[in-house]
Amino acid sequence: MPAVEVDDLVVRYGDLVAVDHVSFCAEAGAITAVLGPNGAGKTSTIEVCEGYRSPTSGSTTVLGMNPQTEQTKLSKRMGVMLQEGGVSLGARVGDIARLYCDLYGKGVNPSALLESVGLGERIRSSYRRLSGGEKQRLSLALALAARPDVAFLDEPTSGVDITGRQLIRGIVRELADQGCAVVLATHELDEAERLADHVVIFDRGRIIADGTLDDLRRGHDEIRFRTSPTLAVSELSTALGLPVRALGDGEFVIDGDAQHVGALTTWLAQHNEPLADLRAGRQRLEDVFLRLTGGAL
Amino acid sequence: MSMLRAQLRSELQATMRNSEQLLLTLGIPVMLLVFFSLVDILPTGTKDPIDFLAPGVLALAVMSAAMVSLGIGTGFERSYKVLKRLGTTPLGRGRLIVAKILSVVMVELVQFAVLIPIAYALGWQPASPQWLGALAGVVVGTMAFAGIGLCLAGRLRGEINLAAQNGLYLVLLLLGGMVIPFSKLPDGLSSVAKALPSGALSEVLRTSLTQSGGSSTTAWLILAGWAVLAPAAATRLFRWE
Repeated sequence: MPAVEVDDLVVRYGDLVAVDHVSFCAEAGAITAVLGPNGAGKTSTIEVCEGYRSPTSGSTTVLGMNPQTEQTKLSKRMGVMLQEGGVSLGARVGDIARLYCDLYGKGVNPSALLESVGLGERIRSSYRRLSGGEKQRLSLALALAARPDVAFLDEPTSGVDITGRQLIRGIVRELADQGCAVVLATHELDEAERLADHVVIFDRGRIIADGTLDDLRRGHDEIRFRTSPTLAVSELSTALGLPVRALGDGEFVIDGDAQHVGALTTWLAQHNEPLADLRAGRQRLEDVFLRLTGGAL
Repeated sequence: MSMLRAQLRSELQATMRNSEQLLLTLGIPVMLLVFFSLVDILPTGTKDPIDFLAPGVLALAVMSAAMVSLGIGTGFERSYKVLKRLGTTPLGRGRLIVAKILSVVMVELVQFAVLIPIAYALGWQPASPQWLGALAGVVVGTMAFAGIGLCLAGRLRGEINLAAQNGLYLVLLLLGGMVIPFSKLPDGLSSVAKALPSGALSEVLRTSLTQSGGSSTTAWLILAGWAVLAPAAATRLFRWE
């Protein structure tokens, strides 16, 4: 049985349908990215899974429990990272880590916990004095204090610098490797691409794609390149026998796989056109998303 | 039990680390008590102003801890999603509320341990004080003020809540018979003032702690009414997010 099962979930706020008949699963030992633009319904879905919000209709099962009726039991095995906040500005880092270690009662040592997220030196600082990245790492540490079997991480790397991101990614990967079902909400494709084993793409309250990264990219090979903006698109298309689209700014994309690169370079050379930034192969997640939604994140 | 203890420790740390809260719960009551008992300019109607001030300032201390300090702290916790984050831990709302009540009670104990000796040092001589009656007044008053503080904290946003709590504190202080006797207020206002929780609590404490008090049945009824209605309203109005 999957660690998290969302079945035909609907969440309405008055007239606004935030989550519109959504179903997906997240497995133990894997990172599931819930990906989509802000306002796509990711946070509402996660809040229902945490037992924080009641669904309008549909059901969710987390670790075999109903999050709304068995929240207390579930909370002992669940790590949560809110999108932002969660700690009083004046609270000291060491005190807050100790509080959460005590609340979860799993015998996690607060100092070692802070050390593991690189905040060992900040134990006496107030939360107010932490940088954005440090706040996110503390928030992650509080989720880890639960030694969770399921973790809901809402935008864990937003506002975090490169080194901080790498640290957070490493910890999240390790958490999943230890058998935790990690559900990670993000609007950053890059983050999902680097971390996720499984991606669920949300758009306007609905799921528009669900699968592994390889699944989502399969069958969508393309060739991208730059040349002069005045390229004769239709001539090239006829010559190659493939659709060619201009993306603007001298960038073009051909719907075809890498075996056509030879024909492309030959044609460009014959027509005295320059060639730069050539890339052939599977679409990036960003392209998958654009293809599915017809819009940008 | 260990979760409750952990949360109580966290509540007390928050109060002690916050200088505004210390000023409000201890600084202002001590200053008012010392200043107006040494500088006899208030129309207290008693031979020594301390006899009037001591019970009034004890009532003020209860209001500061149970309404303003609790209300401002909880309001900011709501804005910063502290309550939401705690809501996903095994702590539960019941233990959170018990921890907050215990924290208020402990702050009050510290306030009394500071204010009562100061009052005695300033020459307060309560004749046959009924401490048990005063204690009962403090308990009922704490319920009333905590209810009011949480009504505001549960609905208003952080900064607006802060302003509202402070504004209400000033009104309830001036009209509450804490430093200015009801007899000095205009007639209509004086009746309103006696119906306020601050007015009722200072009357209850003054009658319990001074011989000249007389009966305080009306004040008791008013205070008890607030102690039932305000927490009931808070339960209905409070939004956790």
